[in-house]
Amino acid sequence: MSTPNSMPSTCASALLRVRGLTVSYDARDHQPAPALRQVDLEIAPGEIVGILGESGSGKSTLALSILGLLPESAQVEGSIFLQGENLSSLAESRWAAVRGARIAMIFQEPGLALSPVMRAGDQIGEVIRAHRSQGSRQRKQEVQSALKDAGIADVERIYRAYPHQLSGGELHRVAIAQALVCRPALVIADEPTRSLDVTMQSEIQNALLDIHRKYGSALLFITHNPALLAGFADRVLVMYAGRIVEAGPVAQMYRRPLHPYTRGLLQLVPEPVMHSGHISGFARRKRLAAIPGSLTRFDPLGLGCAFEPRCSARTTNCQIESPEEIAPEPDRRVSCFNYGN
Amino acid sequence: MGTEAAATRALQPALMRTRGLGKRYLQRTPFSQQSFAIAALVNVDFEIAPGCLTALVGESGSGKSTLASCLAMMEKPDSGEIWFEGNEISHWSKRKLAPLRPKIQLVFQDSAGALDPRFSAAQIIEEPLEIQRRESRQALRARARELMEEVGLSPDWANRSPLQLSGGQRQRLAIARAIALKPSLLILDESLSGLDLSTQAQILNLLLDLKAARSLTVLLISHDLSLVGQVADFVAVMHQGRIVESGSTRQVLASAQHPQTGKLLASVRVLEAAFQTARAGGRG
Repeated sequence: MSTPNSMPSTCASALLRVRGLTVSYDARDHQPAPALRQVDLEIAPGEIVGILGESGSGKSTLALSILGLLPESAQVEGSIFLQGENLSSLAESRWAAVRGARIAMIFQEPGLALSPVMRAGDQIGEVIRAHRSQGSRQRKQEVQSALKDAGIADVERIYRAYPHQLSGGELHRVAIAQALVCRPALVIADEPTRSLDVTMQSEIQNALLDIHRKYGSALLFITHNPALLAGFADRVLVMYAGRIVEAGPVAQMYRRPLHPYTRGLLQLVPEPVMHSGHISGFARRKRLAAIPGSLTRFDPLGLGCAFEPRCSARTTNCQIESPEEIAPEPDRRVSCFNYGN
Repeated sequence: MGTEAAATRALQPALMRTRGLGKRYLQRTPFSQQSFAIAALVNVDFEIAPGCLTALVGESGSGKSTLASCLAMMEKPDSGEIWFEGNEISHWSKRKLAPLRPKIQLVFQDSAGALDPRFSAAQIIEEPLEIQRRESRQALRARARELMEEVGLSPDWANRSPLQLSGGQRQRLAIARAIALKPSLLILDESLSGLDLSTQAQILNLLLDLKAARSLTVLLISHDLSLVGQVADFVAVMHQGRIVESGSTRQVLASAQHPQTGKLLASVRVLEAAFQTARAGGRG
């Protein structure tokens, strides 16, 4: 990446600033297909930003790019600045000081992300050991405190347990405690509740929100479910085929989505029928609302808008060229010809 | 839909029914010789009405998958009865069960693990037909391509490996394999869980189409009450190995009696309420 090593002064207030990030993976039998295309992103300190999109839209590639965890075969262009420091040119040896201490990640399957042969408490303590020299007693106290902050009531039992002795919800709380124990400036949560049942989903999300408030870390929350971001995130970035197609505050975007893809995603959330403040059913449907087609059918090297084959509002222009990003309102961005592009 | 289905159900005997079903697993404590019993199913009475979509909901570990395995005759229950098409089959030998197996098909949650990556998409569909000797060898490929088209997969992908398909496409392939033998009951065990909302909706729409076109009976196992609440004719709620509440979807959701049903509804309420408030222009 050919970028300066210090962030321009105008961006100094942003915690994370991504500019023109393009990532391509080698394909055996054809030209490299870009997984991310010209992604621009900013996160302020303490902010919760949601990334919304279907499987294959590039959400996880973006997360791995920020953490410098892309495979060596990935071709990367663009820049990533964290607190003014250019991560794009960081040597691998210096990444160890960033991961876990300044940026941490909560993976989708904590059962796979945690070592099966280490006690939960020791695994969390490893993160502290990697970044600070500290006595074992003080380290244990910090781990116990992080477990408590992640919503664990029975701290001593969880501290001594191996991952296989923990329930799904407890594993998630351990993963949260591990990510936040060093109080990183940014936590990336990649669909952290996807494998959980609905009751556990809201409990884990509340635990994440509580610890975020207490520790003040910014949060990048990746999901395919728009309902998980309402009342949770400050801003939402909608991704499709490796691009951010719409961005804005949650309240404004959900009230009036601009991009046809965002509208399609929001229509997917089931509509409950309420009676005296309780759910008494769901709007019954002969067919569920679905976005027609699939993400896999777009041509990654095509000229037009990637969403065009699935779009109900497409114009002749959409097949020929890709829409530029515009700002139709303050704080909002959209890439669609329907907005005067 | 629920009212019509309920009326139909009252007139027809259940396609499948369990009475007092029990199943315990012995589990060894890791790093020790001790073992303990887990009661996965406790006295389960459950009915599946013919031609209907029945949903089985509950938290992780409530016993849903164990019940599915018993219904699909992959596990023998320790106690109780399983009735299918008027026969009590829980004590039948493997040999006696063999002709029944094609009639009950199971689609698993992890499509990547359930489909052999060394087989092509077409071979995956052909295999059960070959085992059951339903078609001549020459007709097998044509039948596989027809089934691919029926579930919304391009027949041009017949030679693709399942690993070259997305999660939603793999789940369509698993459904194509399951319906190849023209089953009367299709069980989907959390088959929609790992998919994004749009793909979930597309697969559910496919199930509704298949149910109508083939008079298929569907048992949909899920932890997501909001998903199944839109389409299921009947719902049963499982908790700690027991069916704690069951009935028509409308009835169960409108007047939930058991605290577990209330808990599942409340968790939906938290998510959906915040979402609907944001959609309506409140604080998102």
